[in-house]
Amino acid sequence: MNAAPMLITAAPHLGAADSTPRIMWTVVATLAPVVAAATAFFGPGVLLVIAAAVAGAVLPERVLGPSGALRDGSAAITGLLLGLTLPPGLPMWMAFAGGAFAITVGKLIFGGLGQNVFNPALVGRAFLQASFPVAMTTWPVPATGADWWKLRGDVLALPFASPRALDVVTGATPLGRMKFEREGTPVVDLALGTTSGSLGETSALLILLCGAYLAWRRYLNWRIPAGIFGTVAVLSAALHALDPRLPGPAFMLLSGGLVLGAVYMATDLVTSPVTNLGCWVFAAGIGVLVVVIRLWGGLAEGVMYAILIMNAAVPALNRLTHPRVFGAARARVRS
Amino acid sequence: MLGRLRFRHGVHPPELKSLTAAVPIRRVPFPDEVVLPLRQHTGKPARAVVRAGDRVERGDVVGEADGYVSSPVHASAAGTVTELALWPHPDGSYAPAVRIAVDPYSPQAPRPRVVPDWTGLDPAALVEAIRQAGVVGLGGAAFPTHVKLSPPRDVTVDTVLVNGCECEPYLTTDHRTMVEYPERVHLGVRIMMRCLGVKRAVIGIERNKPDALAALERTRPADLDVAVQALEVKYPQGAEKMLIKSVLGREVPPGKLPMHVGVVVQNVASAATIAEVFETGLPLVERIVTVTGRGVARPSNLIVPVGMKVGDLVAACGGFTPTARAIVFGGPMMGSAQASLDTPLLKGTSGVVVLAAEETKRTASHPCIRCGRCLEACPVFLDPQHLGQLALRERWDDMEAQHLADCMLCGCCGYVCPSSIPLPQLFALAKTALRTRAAAPAASAPAGAPAAPAAASASPA
Repeated sequence: MNAAPMLITAAPHLGAADSTPRIMWTVVATLAPVVAAATAFFGPGVLLVIAAAVAGAVLPERVLGPSGALRDGSAAITGLLLGLTLPPGLPMWMAFAGGAFAITVGKLIFGGLGQNVFNPALVGRAFLQASFPVAMTTWPVPATGADWWKLRGDVLALPFASPRALDVVTGATPLGRMKFEREGTPVVDLALGTTSGSLGETSALLILLCGAYLAWRRYLNWRIPAGIFGTVAVLSAALHALDPRLPGPAFMLLSGGLVLGAVYMATDLVTSPVTNLGCWVFAAGIGVLVVVIRLWGGLAEGVMYAILIMNAAVPALNRLTHPRVFGAARARVRS
Repeated sequence: MLGRLRFRHGVHPPELKSLTAAVPIRRVPFPDEVVLPLRQHTGKPARAVVRAGDRVERGDVVGEADGYVSSPVHASAAGTVTELALWPHPDGSYAPAVRIAVDPYSPQAPRPRVVPDWTGLDPAALVEAIRQAGVVGLGGAAFPTHVKLSPPRDVTVDTVLVNGCECEPYLTTDHRTMVEYPERVHLGVRIMMRCLGVKRAVIGIERNKPDALAALERTRPADLDVAVQALEVKYPQGAEKMLIKSVLGREVPPGKLPMHVGVVVQNVASAATIAEVFETGLPLVERIVTVTGRGVARPSNLIVPVGMKVGDLVAACGGFTPTARAIVFGGPMMGSAQASLDTPLLKGTSGVVVLAAEETKRTASHPCIRCGRCLEACPVFLDPQHLGQLALRERWDDMEAQHLADCMLCGCCGYVCPSSIPLPQLFALAKTALRTRAAAPAASAPAGAPAAPAAASASPA
């Protein structure tokens, strides 16, 4: 034979083309337009906040994670998604801390990629919300004209320094206005993203397009966003019909982080169910919780906790929705 | 047909059959030596009945069957037995084998023999003749055919299903057999129907073989209920359970055999071989093999004597190309990579795929990301990602509870896994551990399990 040694590996000796790094980096690539849109609305400070979140996510993965872990791109995704849930004016050190917490407590202590129960980006956001509630609820309005170049909020603040009184225009987010002031927002503004809010909240249309691409590539299970949107629409329509003061489905669907959460957070492969039926139940649960928290909970935004709560149910969903083995009678496989 | 002509799940690997699909079958000259392992079939290995120095003719018994689920082994060429030795076996072990130095210039044409007219034999005699000829399933599993053709009395069989699907990529053995020897296939089916006493047969063929479908349809016997059925092209359509589901709509329950749903499945090449046994009187001493892949200079379909070493066979096809990297016996989805050029082909070896470097799969694994593709691929609806996690922690009992026994190691899960986790290999290790422990129940503690399975990288890809 030729000089090279014979390769001995186990069957199958063919593989489908996709690889885990390719899936992760493709998701990162589809987030680039969303980041660009956020930058267009809120100015270059956006890039600083997101970069800080990504840096915070990447550092513990590099230091504490298994060697070569960064190459699969999952830490980058966590940092990016976390960054997109943050207000544009958040101090960079807070974004960094959030990223570090997300990866360390949201992923590494469970055993690394594939072992975590909760979506790491949302774990990071929950940490930031609990630790820095004021900064996390300071929402600069979108910028126009010469203002675009000014950094929003206190992005460059030193760690642990008290925030300075700033010359920035803040505004309530659509959800905040609805909950605390009972005022609606035009649907067009919500869809195109010209309202204030977190970085990724804004352009629903763009996120849906990117998500449609990922669904076409089969990198996310379309049933999850479809189920979430469907449940939210139906439930909020029903409640709106019963009490017209409550917001209708269009508002519910397009405001806040629902679109980003449904398309990018809930569909995280590791923390979502493996069966299709499980995905439908998961999505329905998230939809119900989002509506309930938004209408009757203490927070204006419910997507984060809805997803985290349903993440906890995923192992049970996987067991309960397993299909019957080929040839077996009706009884399902039980673990 | 009662089935929907397709089955759920499965995968669509590239067919890669264009290398040999149109290449006519030709004979390969005898090599200088053939090596006949005594274990070439499922069941107990044969027992050698020759010694070093004995002279054998082509077709003489060199190993007799040991028990019912066993098969005799015959000399595939005239020559002299040089030794009984431990020899590399395609399954990776060293196994007892009979080495025969082939007579120079020995002919391959069958010598005139007394051949009984099969129409005058009753089913029991037919089955016995098939047993003595050493016929085993030629689709890869090499199950002794006489056992399949004589089911227990309490089981009723109503249909013979003939597997002409050849769902593995690269392989075209069955395809060329159907195109070039369709009458032989039909004769074999007729004999099998006689053995089993059934009135109906269906030959299932994937749609990517229109010439085979046409050839078998053209030569269909008028006096028998033999249907030729086109099926969806999907892997593993040729697996017994999937074939029965597609054609007849019946599902074989876990732990049971096709005969328990009234079906006997045979490969199309097995049918042709049965016909040949009664035409020529020769036992199973040669078979059609596809030698293919970008690592071999002249991909071909060849009639090969059983026991020919793979090194000799590849040389007969023009040798290796410069980028050849792996030799796989069988197809690329379930076949085994070989370590030695001296490894002989067995009765059940339907193909030799010589993979070039650009055709091999990457070997470095990533952690499982629970994407769920393996669940969508598994044709028996198991949960490969969960079984894989259990296997990495050596929780064999939990795997058994999770229906590991139903896994047929088809390779669909390993094929789709984006993290390149060697799932079928892990499952094979688990099955071996459970089998070993079951064979020695009193003595063993968990020490019966093998050492921790390492992740895939066997060598830099």
